[in-house]
Amino acid sequence: MAWDRNQMAARAAQELQDGWYVNLGIGIPTLVSNYIPEGVEVTLQSENGMLGMGPFPFEGEEDPDLINAGKQTITELPQTAYFDSAQSFAMIRGGKIAMAILGAMEVAENGDLANWMIPGKLVKGMGGAMDLVAGVGRVVVVMDHTSKHGESKVLKACTLPLTGKGVVNRIISNLGVLDVVPGGLRIVELADGVSEAELRAATEATIVN
Amino acid sequence: MKKVYPDAKSALDGVLFDGMFIAAGGFGLCGIPELLIAAIRDAGTKNLTIASNNAGVDGFGLGVLLQTRQVKKMISSYVGENAEFMRQYLSGELELEFNPQGTLAERMRAGGAGIPGFYTKTGVGTVIADGKEVKSFDGQDYILERGIVSDLSIVKAWKADPSGNLVFRKTARNFNCPAATCGRVCVAEVEEIVPLGALDPDKIHVPGIYVHRLIAGPHEKRIEQRTVRKRESA
Repeated sequence: MAWDRNQMAARAAQELQDGWYVNLGIGIPTLVSNYIPEGVEVTLQSENGMLGMGPFPFEGEEDPDLINAGKQTITELPQTAYFDSAQSFAMIRGGKIAMAILGAMEVAENGDLANWMIPGKLVKGMGGAMDLVAGVGRVVVVMDHTSKHGESKVLKACTLPLTGKGVVNRIISNLGVLDVVPGGLRIVELADGVSEAELRAATEATIVN
Repeated sequence: MKKVYPDAKSALDGVLFDGMFIAAGGFGLCGIPELLIAAIRDAGTKNLTIASNNAGVDGFGLGVLLQTRQVKKMISSYVGENAEFMRQYLSGELELEFNPQGTLAERMRAGGAGIPGFYTKTGVGTVIADGKEVKSFDGQDYILERGIVSDLSIVKAWKADPSGNLVFRKTARNFNCPAATCGRVCVAEVEEIVPLGALDPDKIHVPGIYVHRLIAGPHEKRIEQRTVRKRESA
């Protein structure tokens, strides 16, 4: 047993605080918006130039001029503001965004994050991820703890090209929640039905108490 | 001072040359200068270096210039939607300079604003920092990035007036503003050119000083990822 995609997203939504401006990455992080706790008001930033991102449109109401950073059609809200890409990253780089929730290929115990390329294989690019991890107040990573082949993705040191150095604050995986602390990672929480021994066995990184 | 041209071909007359550097607006397929891209394809201009956040998709957007092998080098932050791009890059036919998205936007903005370089913490400790000056300010490391000045900028707006003032719609603004400012020549394509005085001067997104040539035309405005939700049943 472990958390599925939606349970990971629901757990990540517990990180949100009332009044925050937040950027959600592509994939599981996008699902976080479905689980924003009652009474918590957050404004979602989309780095292609929008604050106040609304849900997907009803069929037939898609607008090619209104997309999120994953290029999906979305809608606006009464509080929405639009701006250009330079302005968008001015607010990211300038520390105005409280938190970013991103996916990861690898995370290391010192907070290093790799999520943008596999040399010789997968060349997609970093998009806005490098700017986000360098600029926002807090970085939460949502990821599967291990690869399809069962190898740990929570490592002593990243093997892939970095997105940011020492930037991750918290990891939410299918197995639990870990914080980056001096000396390694600290277990915050175990996923439903996951034992500490299982989490430790799936983690290459140093776990400290 | 006449900025309005009848079509994309005439608007690009005399500004295209082999080996030139073009900055393009757009994010994914949203707000891309599709008419000007098609005209550059038809003109056959070669060995282009293009700064654009993305590279279109196979057969649309900047993807058409990749298929015709007119592009020598791309400066982009994300190229994940384009199989032909990946193929050309991995086989060494195409040069690619990855820029973090905010760094690319700021490079364009800075270039247009007469700022030759700026320091940013984006990319510190990554391959993006390789070969770049690192400087510490208040105990934090930053890397030096250069402003971009292009031979030509191509952008797409919603409406313009004949003086070149541009107005955008929703998230189609994206890179079009910084790209418009960083070109020695900027050609804009819009959905509609309205009479002088019809745009609210308080709501101009790009002032006409940045825009040298202007065309209007029908746009396909293709949607890349059509996502919808179900209506609640009554």
